[in-house]
Amino acid sequence: MRTIGIIFRRELAAYFTTPVAYVFIVIFLLLAGSVTFYVGGFFERGQADLEPFFDFHPWLYLFLIPALSMRLWAEERRSGSVELLLTLPITVPEAVIGKFLAAWVFTGIALALTVPFWITVNYLGSPDNGVILASYLGSFLMAGAFLAIGGAVSALTRSQVIAFVVTAAICFLFIATGSPIVQGPLRAWLPAAITDGVSSLSVLDHFSSVIRGQVELRDLVFFGGLMALFLFANIELVELKKAD
Amino acid sequence: MHLIEIEGLSKHFGDIEAVRGISFTVDRGEVVGFLGPNGAGKSTTMKMLAGFLTPSAGRASICGHDVVEDGLAARRRLGYLPEGAPAYPDMTAASFLAFIAQIRGFRGAEARAAVDRAVDRVDLGSVLEQPIDTLSKGFKRRVGLAQALLHDPEVLILDEPTDGLDPNQKHQVRQLIGSMAATKAIIISTHILEEVDAVCTRAMVIANGRVLVDGTPAALEARSPYHHAVYVRAEGKLPASVQDELGALPGVKRVEAAGRADDQGVYVLPQNGADIGPLVRGLLAARGVGVAELRVERGRLDGVFRDITMAA
Ligand SMILES: Nc1ncnc2c1ncn2[C@@H]1O[C@H](COP(=O)(O)OP(=O)(O)O)[C@@H](O)[C@H]1O
Ligand SMILES: [Mg+2]
Repeated sequence: MRTIGIIFRRELAAYFTTPVAYVFIVIFLLLAGSVTFYVGGFFERGQADLEPFFDFHPWLYLFLIPALSMRLWAEERRSGSVELLLTLPITVPEAVIGKFLAAWVFTGIALALTVPFWITVNYLGSPDNGVILASYLGSFLMAGAFLAIGGAVSALTRSQVIAFVVTAAICFLFIATGSPIVQGPLRAWLPAAITDGVSSLSVLDHFSSVIRGQVELRDLVFFGGLMALFLFANIELVELKKAD
Repeated sequence: MHLIEIEGLSKHFGDIEAVRGISFTVDRGEVVGFLGPNGAGKSTTMKMLAGFLTPSAGRASICGHDVVEDGLAARRRLGYLPEGAPAYPDMTAASFLAFIAQIRGFRGAEARAAVDRAVDRVDLGSVLEQPIDTLSKGFKRRVGLAQALLHDPEVLILDEPTDGLDPNQKHQVRQLIGSMAATKAIIISTHILEEVDAVCTRAMVIANGRVLVDGTPAALEARSPYHHAVYVRAEGKLPASVQDELGALPGVKRVEAAGRADDQGVYVLPQNGADIGPLVRGLLAARGVGVAELRVERGRLDGVFRDITMAA
């Protein structure tokens, strides 16, 4: 545990010693803000809530999270620092989890900086704050799942560009499995049991139910399971590919 | 128990056999120099010792801890400088070493003391607050050395610790290694042959993944045709007749010109490293040749190295 904490702190600090952190946070806030207040028709809707803001999160994360996760392992391997890191008295799971937690907490910080939006809607009306809190939780969980996917992909390659593109593609699949684009063709060929199974892997479906205030165990299990699965893959891939 | 034990260690990457069954042990007080051409398998061997690569066959241990089965314990007792001294370029030297100290289990004041000690040893004080990225190659290498030394490990493995340094920096690093030699088991790799002479107690020539020679630097030098050769430079020109007589002395193999335009001297090469100094001296005196310079050679490592590795 102590080792995970040390790696976590180094990684988190590293975000703030480079412009990465500031660029990420500024873009995140600008996009989230403009979508919420302009694209989402915040003022026209005459309703004080943050639904348009959260509705947009899967699409925002689709490219912001890969931008954050692409360097997790690809950069370590490109620069050779992975050899230093993994010959210290630490284990691969400790390194993987420490790095993941730092990236996750970092997105948590970016998310926390949108709290003024929350305050604004409370100032303008009386939103259901329980739903908003649940939505923040759902968004944070979704970010974690995407980061876990991105971390595993980042362990596959030395190229940050490849890590970015592949992560974005996989995240897109997880977002879109429930949508007509994917379900339409599948329904034509496969029995309902299978298409429903595929659909139940949809990040969008789980996220939508959470941001409407229905936090169910199956949604938590879904996001938790995605994270666990891809963190496990990440550990295996680092072991396998570290020296290539 | 030997501090480093290697037995039948092998590593292949697909079809490439990088290391083919290496066995040896290293004890406290030894500084082993891995010598070998590029691609010989030096780094691969070191990476297996450091627990970064898993051996394809064989086993290795550090202070009695198997590097695979008991890797964490082995890595705790090891200081390792990977080739090229990688670090986190955005960190300052100070924060990087503080990170290493924490990972090595030091806390608070203890950690600061450990960092200070390492910084002193490698003389890094002046650049502590600079990002590693902005440091010169010499300072980067010292950051890597400080990292490896920080916990005062019993076993040190340094992959090309002086590569790319200027002569003064090389000298400093060699002195540093020399100063630690008595209390540790150390392996360094190098292409620089004088380095073996300067710091190593034992030289190991590696080529094609095998250890070809394992002995003292002196034993390695003794393999050179120039071992105990006598270099003679006469005042004026050495008469051809005397040169012929030198060649005919018992124990002398041949006489050859030094071979440089600005060097009128000759080398008198012995048979089997025989001690021919007194005979050469005596003959020159008897013939009344004025001697400007006369010295006995120790041997040329580069030739030995070439002979050993080309034959493999
Ligand atoms: N990760 C790797 N994948 C494939 N081949 C490798 C890898 N690492 C080293 N090799 C090969 O193994 C051989 C030994 O390399 P190395 O140990 O780095 O040599 P040295 O350090 O003596 O120059 C070389 O032929 C090299 O190309
Ligand atoms: Mg090498």
